[in-house]
Amino acid sequence: MKATRRGFLTAAGAAAAAQDHVHAQGHDHDHQAVPSDLTLRVKSLESLLVEKGLVDRAALDALVDRYEHAVGPRNGARVVARAWVDAGYKKRLLASAAAAMEELGFASQTGENLVAIENGPKVHNLVVCTLCSCYPWAVLGLPPVWYKSAPYRSRAVIDPRGVLREFGLELPEDAEVRVWDSTAELRYLVLPERPPGAEKLSEEALAALVTRDAMIGVAKVTLPQAGGRP
Amino acid sequence: MNGVHDMGGMHGMGAIHYEKNEPVFHARWESRVFALFRLTRAWNKWNVDVSRRQIESIPAAQYLRMSYYERWFTALGELLVASGLITRAELVKGKRARGSPKATPPITAAQVASMPSAAALARREAPVAPRFQAGQQVRARNLHPVDHTRLPRYARGKLGAIHRDHGVWAFPDAIAHFLSDKPQHVYSVRFAARELWGETASPRDAVYLDLWDDYLEPA
Repeated sequence: MKATRRGFLTAAGAAAAAQDHVHAQGHDHDHQAVPSDLTLRVKSLESLLVEKGLVDRAALDALVDRYEHAVGPRNGARVVARAWVDAGYKKRLLASAAAAMEELGFASQTGENLVAIENGPKVHNLVVCTLCSCYPWAVLGLPPVWYKSAPYRSRAVIDPRGVLREFGLELPEDAEVRVWDSTAELRYLVLPERPPGAEKLSEEALAALVTRDAMIGVAKVTLPQAGGRP
Repeated sequence: MNGVHDMGGMHGMGAIHYEKNEPVFHARWESRVFALFRLTRAWNKWNVDVSRRQIESIPAAQYLRMSYYERWFTALGELLVASGLITRAELVKGKRARGSPKATPPITAAQVASMPSAAALARREAPVAPRFQAGQQVRARNLHPVDHTRLPRYARGKLGAIHRDHGVWAFPDAIAHFLSDKPQHVYSVRFAARELWGETASPRDAVYLDLWDDYLEPA
């Protein structure tokens, strides 16, 4: 069923490289390397499953909408900002993320398997899933392509400092890098350091500074004038 | 399974390609595959480790070539057929077989937000005693199961220390085959980077893995 594509791409290595190249373009050509009939095949499977009463089309729409609009890194950023302004909350978050999420009004199951890990001046945490793509959906939404890609999954554990350097983060030699490989059903959220100079910002303004990347551990949180992403 | 999905520590995978302002999905078909995968699981015909195993069984060359959601789509078709929810002929034709019964979807749009997570489905209340305590030295066993496991190759045979006990969970190597849960403790285990990667690694760095009792032995 994928004969056309197999014929087109003769070597897996070359193909993987080609796909990486495609990803490097970084826009909607991203998945050009997939078979041209894939869109049709997915449509066909969806129709079949709806026709058989195995899935509800409105539920499909609702689920997509939920992950495109409701669940995402803004959830995690709220948790981080609260931990920055409230030391008691931070303590509770590090002890039990589930209870801390509920405190902020998230549904009780949101943080059930979540573990918050704290960065400090001499400790930097980095999250990966070398075996597949495990990621803390409840607080960060669905993972970016690079997180699920072979280059990140293969290198994060053996060369975390090199990986961080590629993300523009040079860590001092005397800092400790802790890599968390999500091999079970626990999910990890990095609690980044509060940036210097942010003492006067409100909790809401702080939350706006917290990026997805900082909560994965591939970036620090910075103030906009210090080069942080707005 | 010593498959290509078990990537930790491999070389030659190329540079990390970062996409600024990346959308949640890059095409509509990706979002449909995502939602189909999630909603068909509600039939309880398989669990998360069965679906991981299905993805891991994609031949290595294809696995590397496929995009992420293409792997999901490939695995989903196989899971649907293997579980009997659809037939191979239906999958190929995209048409419901004449006379086949019409089911009622288990999840409505209103129920989408409260679907149980994989974690909720994998946690167990069974009163199983932990074999190890925080601080204890352990060795990851030198196992090479030919099928699904969550013990990465790079940690096998390596010495670590129990960082924390995460309680009792179903055992993936068993439930991936619909076998009894074999509930047991999962621990966060700290491995020094030098233990895993040798002298060139930083003496300060470490990798933490979440490992089941059966993956560990006292050291």
